[in-house]
Amino acid sequence: MLMQAHATTTGHSGAAIAHPVLEVRNLRVVFPTRHGVLNAVSDVSLTINKGEILGLVGESGAGKSMTGMATLGLLEPPGRIAEGEILLDGRRIDNLPEREMAKIRGRRIGAIFQDPLTSLHPLFTVGAQLVETIRLHLHLSRSQARRRAIDLLKEVGIPAASDRIDDYPHQFSGGMRQRVVIALALAAEPELIIADEPTTALDVSIQAQITALLRRICRERAAAVMLVTHDMGVIAETADRVAVLYAGRIVEVGHVDAVIHAPKHPYAKGLMDSIPPLEGRVARLAQIDGSMPRPDSIPEGCAFHSRCTLAGPHCRIAVPGLVETEGSRTACWLYSGGVEA
Amino acid sequence: MSAKSVGVTGTRKGTTEAGAALAVRALVKTFDISAPFLNRLIERKPRRYLRAVDEISFDVPKGGCLSLVGESGCGKSTVARLVVGLYSPTSGEIAFSNSGGEQGLTTMVFQDPYSSLNPRWRVFDIVAEPIRELKLRSTENEVRARVEELLQTVGLSPRDGRKYPHEFSGGQRQRISIARALATEPAFLVCDEPTSALDVSVQAQILNLMRDLQDRLGLTYLFISHDMSVVRHMSDRIAVMYLGRIVEEAPSETLFEEPLHPYTRLLLDTIPALDAPNRDREITAGEVPSPIDPPSGCAFHPRCPLANQRCKSERPAVLLRDGDHQIACHAVEEGRYAPAGMT
Repeated sequence: MLMQAHATTTGHSGAAIAHPVLEVRNLRVVFPTRHGVLNAVSDVSLTINKGEILGLVGESGAGKSMTGMATLGLLEPPGRIAEGEILLDGRRIDNLPEREMAKIRGRRIGAIFQDPLTSLHPLFTVGAQLVETIRLHLHLSRSQARRRAIDLLKEVGIPAASDRIDDYPHQFSGGMRQRVVIALALAAEPELIIADEPTTALDVSIQAQITALLRRICRERAAAVMLVTHDMGVIAETADRVAVLYAGRIVEVGHVDAVIHAPKHPYAKGLMDSIPPLEGRVARLAQIDGSMPRPDSIPEGCAFHSRCTLAGPHCRIAVPGLVETEGSRTACWLYSGGVEA
Repeated sequence: MSAKSVGVTGTRKGTTEAGAALAVRALVKTFDISAPFLNRLIERKPRRYLRAVDEISFDVPKGGCLSLVGESGCGKSTVARLVVGLYSPTSGEIAFSNSGGEQGLTTMVFQDPYSSLNPRWRVFDIVAEPIRELKLRSTENEVRARVEELLQTVGLSPRDGRKYPHEFSGGQRQRISIARALATEPAFLVCDEPTSALDVSVQAQILNLMRDLQDRLGLTYLFISHDMSVVRHMSDRIAVMYLGRIVEEAPSETLFEEPLHPYTRLLLDTIPALDAPNRDREITAGEVPSPIDPPSGCAFHPRCPLANQRCKSERPAVLLRDGDHQIACHAVEEGRYAPAGMT
């Protein structure tokens, strides 16, 4: 089975049509409520290639986690995908029945969540959890699975892995627990890893270790990684490409250098400027007034117009589409000729 | 090396008398974490103590801002709670300068604006409570005027007083917390991670507000954070804590430009750099050990690249360098460190 997986992946890269590992097309996620339908994600399209880390960044409520959850098929009802397609390796997965999706989840898409303590079962040893996951997805004997579990723990940097495999989650520190969660996500050699705020619950020195580990895994296994975070620093250091989300839409997407150093969208610019600089003390931080609209009160037109200092009359009427800007694609009327000075 | 040793428990030059709004000397807080009495009796377990804060001393200059930084479990929040009086110290001194007065001398802004505001109270009552409780205004009309003034001070409208906390976003709630903290006209504000529950764009609003208030009202801050960039923005001086002790304390410029302690260097080195995307850096291994059973000698020695036998056995004393740079490290004292590129 393992061999087969390798064969198929190599087969794909050799084939004439190279699909991106993940392709999301015009995704819309809605939550029907008593007060009407809320759009958590609107018209989000993105692709992630092999060996690439795509960062999804935005503030709370921007829809970044929802995009990840939709890809995993783990939207909490009544939330559902109202429009769009999600393709894994060129095949649609958003319309699969739950039984089929359960086979893909864990096997072909691995997930790492924010809080390592709630991602692990407190009453089973990490070894038991790893062996169960491995045997669920790969046809290995118990002893083979255990050997593989030890290898995985070694790979994610747990010292004395063969001794620690029989420990319970509470016996590990926060950083080590997150490594165990990463080992679990890697258990079946997934093509795509969705990491939702994997470093947010960790201390800074541990955070650096975990982001370095993610990058190493992405490089060594040629997996595609969707990194969901609110931390621009983590994105800058880990991701290859970045998509900035605001109120459920991608406002700017592009190479990490372009988006971090020369953001085009006023929101992305504001977000970068509001981070206190390390180089020296400034008198005042640039701030974006107001806060992100709640999903039940997203304004007409560009969702950012009420906080934007450059907004023109057109911004209040129509939603801008993504257009090519230097090094990135930006959804702003400034770049699509909609704002007349 | 022009370092002279200053005993931790001894007195330091220029203490409370001039310039310092707060002077903390040899502050210790231990928590009793023993098993229950019957378990101790039956299982013959000894009493156990956790030294959360272990003989720390610092001054906060009047009108300035001192930040305590460190990773979780280093004792920084315990210091904050000791300073506002939510805990009583096991030993040591906390002395405020006597200019401000008696009641409401210090107040605190908490980390989580969701759990630190009573959800059943209107904002007006939340802000008015300390004023009524301490009888700072005699009539209800005066209280009303004062609350409205406070709400305007923090950038809210007086009409917001009629609303409940759930009607506000995280950033606005933190403004309410600040208004409540300012209600007693304190000269000294303890801020325990005031922005770490907020989004970056909102964080900038709150940090700007706090700096404005400092300038307008002449406040002194004791600021607790784990975010080095926030700390750099807010503070005049920074104290780095590790397992209950201050390992380095210096003006923020100095600390960022010439960090001396290996732990400070590690902290600074782990900040993700926005200007160097995808840089490969050497990651220091290891994690903070349990404060219940801290390492002997210098608590940082198991993770320190410069540790030797002396670091394992002897606790480093606090040295004073260049007048205002305090450091507790044998390697620095002995000159066993390379100033640049050590990491």
